[in-house]
Order: sequence, then structure tokens, then C-alpha cells
Amino acid sequence: MKKFWKVANFRLKAGLIITAFFFIVGFIVYLFPHVDPFLYNSYPPKLGVSAEHWLGTTSMGQDILWQLIDAIHNSLTIGLIVATLGTVVGVFVGLLAGFAGGALDRVLTVVTDTFVVIPSLPILILMTSLMKGSSTVFLMALVLALFAWAWPSRQIRSMALTIKERDFIHTARFSGEGTFQIVATEILPYALTWSLSNFMNATLSAISSESSLAVLGLSPANLLSLGNMIQWARNRNAILAQQWLWIGSPIVATVILFIGLFLLITGYNDYLSMKRGR
Amino acid sequence: MKFRQFFISRVLAWAITIWIGVTFIFFIPRMFPSDPVENMIGQITARSGTMAPEEKEALRVQLRQQFGLEGSLLSQYGKFLWEGLLQFKFGPSLMSFPTPVNEIIGRNLPYTMGLSLITTFIGWIIGNGIGLLAGFRKNARSSKILEGIAICIYPIPYFLVALIFQIIFAFVLGWFPIQTTILTGAGFGPWFSSVIQGSILPFFSLLLVGMGWQIISMKSLASTTAEEDYVLFARYRGLSEKTIGLSYVFRNSILTQITALAMSLGGAFSGSIMTEIIFGYPGVGTLIQSAIMQSDYNTILGCITISIVAVSTATLIVDIIYPFIDPRIRYA
Repeated sequence: MKKFWKVANFRLKAGLIITAFFFIVGFIVYLFPHVDPFLYNSYPPKLGVSAEHWLGTTSMGQDILWQLIDAIHNSLTIGLIVATLGTVVGVFVGLLAGFAGGALDRVLTVVTDTFVVIPSLPILILMTSLMKGSSTVFLMALVLALFAWAWPSRQIRSMALTIKERDFIHTARFSGEGTFQIVATEILPYALTWSLSNFMNATLSAISSESSLAVLGLSPANLLSLGNMIQWARNRNAILAQQWLWIGSPIVATVILFIGLFLLITGYNDYLSMKRGR
Repeated sequence: MKFRQFFISRVLAWAITIWIGVTFIFFIPRMFPSDPVENMIGQITARSGTMAPEEKEALRVQLRQQFGLEGSLLSQYGKFLWEGLLQFKFGPSLMSFPTPVNEIIGRNLPYTMGLSLITTFIGWIIGNGIGLLAGFRKNARSSKILEGIAICIYPIPYFLVALIFQIIFAFVLGWFPIQTTILTGAGFGPWFSSVIQGSILPFFSLLLVGMGWQIISMKSLASTTAEEDYVLFARYRGLSEKTIGLSYVFRNSILTQITALAMSLGGAFSGSIMTEIIFGYPGVGTLIQSAIMQSDYNTILGCITISIVAVSTATLIVDIIYPFIDPRIRYA
């Protein structure tokens, strides 16, 4: 660990610190008992900054700080669910296409390439607008995951194509290992190092898509996410009333979270290529 | 590979992409439990009070026809491909009945295309210029600062940059109108100046995000190219830094960036949709937004089909031009 910290580049370190901070807030601080910030009129409305309400309260009498913490928790959860689904499916499809070859590979490649090229936002808009009113967090995550698998799948496929011809795979095959065993013990470890960067990328883009849909009013109405928090503040005229803490805190939090995740991704990629000696 | 072969395979891929995408948006809504016709009838009865059962039935038949929901699934699909995809006919818009959807989209699409294409190209040019400078002189302090700014802007979603711009420049400083208003019917002059005035904030917020990625990727390309042997050799030959930068580093790294341009068009289109919604800019984005609010299913479907076709076609065009620009690819 100490050695890792010494070798790690600046971006990786900065990204790790920022992301870790958000995870601590979203999954540990979140556990402290608090009044549900979703409920109206828990406190007097439009309070300023005080020791009890660090960021004041909304026009609906909700505590802004706890609303922000819950929003970070929910946004990260959605991001992680989508990234997990996308990465698992992507790795599976990519390995399948890379190893099966032939017609199956061609069909899978065409479908994958289509999903990489197709603009995802319009289709997400179509699907979520059909679910409007009946949408749940889980459905939302499923819909977002539809577009999270294609990019990792494409990368894993091309990785599988090069690894397939390496000596150690031939050795494994000649010593009698089955295809499944080869994939599980020889290829997967490779694929996972690669997938980690994809995983973080998918987390970022899922949170980003969810918040874009929230601005359109298409995110589940009972989901307190960063995007919905911004949208609710906009709908309640927080900008016109100059309640900067209410509208500003989710904006600032989202911006810092995204910068942190992005630094983590590019830092990790640089770190990997340095480790490979390039 | 001959050029004709490349061309045909690329056009084939384009057609398949559109076909899969359109098939997807045709079948997905039909797999959803919610029925748009029943939703509409529910809304209408809620608005107009009670309704006789036979009236309701007549309305149901009429709506099914308008939504293209009558007949077998296969014949619906065939009709959708033939009328929707090939002739861009999506039936009447339900929020401004009985204007056809394609007419409304035709009114809004030029604004979106103009905004997204212009910002993408300008962003690409400026971004690559900055990226080249930053990558070529990668140890200079200014390069690091520029790259740092790009890294901080690129990952932020389009709508958030637009919202921040709106808060700072329209609400706090009051330099620009909060919402775009386009003057129509007062002749070309007032229309043009209102378009320019209303486009400034959307333009800059789109430009900033679009530029971010070009800076980051050009910088990393240029800094690896700058370490190639031929660049070192050019330096030994005593060529000026400007010549090395332009005819060695730039010309070799810009080629990859043309592919990046094709890849970024889809993102720019989506970004334009979100930015329009924040500023109320009269493009496809605001159209989609009001269609969602009024459950105008035909318009939503139309906008989305057009988006898929527009983005795939723009990507196809860049891809086909590419071999004419890259001298290393020669088709006999």
C-alpha cells in the first residue's frame, strides 16, 4: 500500500482522495440517524446556515445537508448497480465474441458496435417517458445498464483476440484445460484489471445520465438523487429566490464528484500503462 | 481493400445501425406494461368528465389508428419502417393536433443541427490547437494549467455546465436573457439578431464541454508523437520548432482526431438537447421536453428516430471523408 502510494501519479492520488471522500459521505456518514430529508415541513422553511442546519433548509422545510448526503448515497448506488450490470454483461459478451469467433462473433460485434454508436440519451428518454409515474430505482438502473455493457464488451473482445494467441493459453490448452477453465483462470484476471477502469467510467456516465433524465422530469419521483435534487430546487424557483445553498450545493457536489471520478479513471489508466512499462 | 469495398461496407454498417436502433425503439415500448392509448383515454376522461362507453370505444379505435397500434405486430412494424423510417411520417402531433410530427420536427431540427454542428467543429478546431500546444510543450506551466482546466470541465454533464452558465451570466450578472426567445414573423433581420442573442450562452456552454475532450486527447497524442524518432531527427536537422510542430507533430496526430470528431458527434447532439432544455432554445430538445410533458407519443418517437438517423449519418460522412484526408490510406 505504501509502495503503491509512492508510485501512484498525482491524478490517481487526487482522484482516490476525492472519490473516497464521497464514498465515506454516501455510505458511512449516511448511516447516522437523521430525519428523512424527503419529508416536507420537518423544520421551519428557508432557514439560513446554523449549527443545526449547516446548509440551511429548503422552502419545503427539509434539511439541505442531509438531503445532499442522501442524494450522494442514492446517486452512487445507482451508478454502482449500473456499472456492475454493465461490466458483468460486457465482459461476458466480449469474451464470448472473442473466443467463439465465426458467425456468433460477427453478430455480437454488429450489435455491440450499434450500441456504441447509437445516441443513448434519446432512447433513454423514450424508455423512461414510457415508465413515467411507475418508474422505480431498480427499473431506472436496468434501463441505464442497457447502454453500459457495449463499450466494455468491445474492449474485452479485442483484448480476448490478442490474448487467445499467447503462449500461456496454448500451454494451458495442451495441458488439458477446458475452454471454460481457461477463460476463468487465465483470461479473467487480465480482463478484470481492464474492466476496473471501465467500471469507474460506467459509474460516472450512469450518474450523469440519471441526472440528465432528472432535468427532464424522467427520474423516479421518489428517488432523492443529485439530479433530482437540482431539478426540485429549480422547480421550486430556488434560483429566482436566490437560495444559493439549496441549488448550489448539489451542483458543486456533482461537479466535484465527477472531477474526482474522472481523475481516478485517467490516473488509473496512466498507472496501468506505467506498470506495463510503457 | 478497394475504396468501393470500404464504402459499401461502411454504408452497410450505417444501415444496420439505424435498423437495429429503430427496431429497438419500435419493440421496447410494446413490451412495456403501460399502454399509451389507455393512458391517453384516462387523461381525456379525467379532463372532460364522464364519457359514454361507445364514445370511449370509438376514441380507442381512432387513437389506436393514430398511434399505429392496429393490426398484427409484424404489419405495424412494416408500416413503421416504411412510413416512419423511409418517409419520416410519424402521424399527427397530439399536442398541436393535427399538424404532422415531421412538420414540427422540420421547424426545430435546423436549430439543433446548427447549434451542435457549429459548436462541435469550432470546439474541435480550438481544442486541437490548445491540445497541440499543450502536448508539444508538455513541461511548460501554461500547458499543465490548460490541461487541468480541460480535465475539470470534460467530465461535467452538458446540462450542468449550461445551468451554471445560466445562473452566473443570466441570473447573477444579468448579461443575457434567461430564456431564449426567437422572433418569428418580423422578417429576417429581427429573427437573425434574436437567434444570435439567444444562442450565445448555449453556444459557449456546449463549446466548453466539447473542447475538453479534444484538448485531453490531442495533448496525449501530441506528446507521444513529439517523442518519436523522426521528431528528434527533425530537431537535429535544425528545423524550427514551428515547422516541427506543424508539419511533424500536428499532421501525424490530427488524423486520429478526425475519428474522434466522428465519435463525438453523438455526444454533441445529446448535449445540445440538454442545453436547449435549460435555455428554452427552440430545437429538438425543447420539443422532446414538451412532448414528454403532454405525453405526445408520436412526437417523441419521431424526434428519437430522427436523432438516430442524424447522428449515424453525420458519423458516416466523417468516416467516408477520412481516407481522402489520411495519405497513408490509398485505395487503388
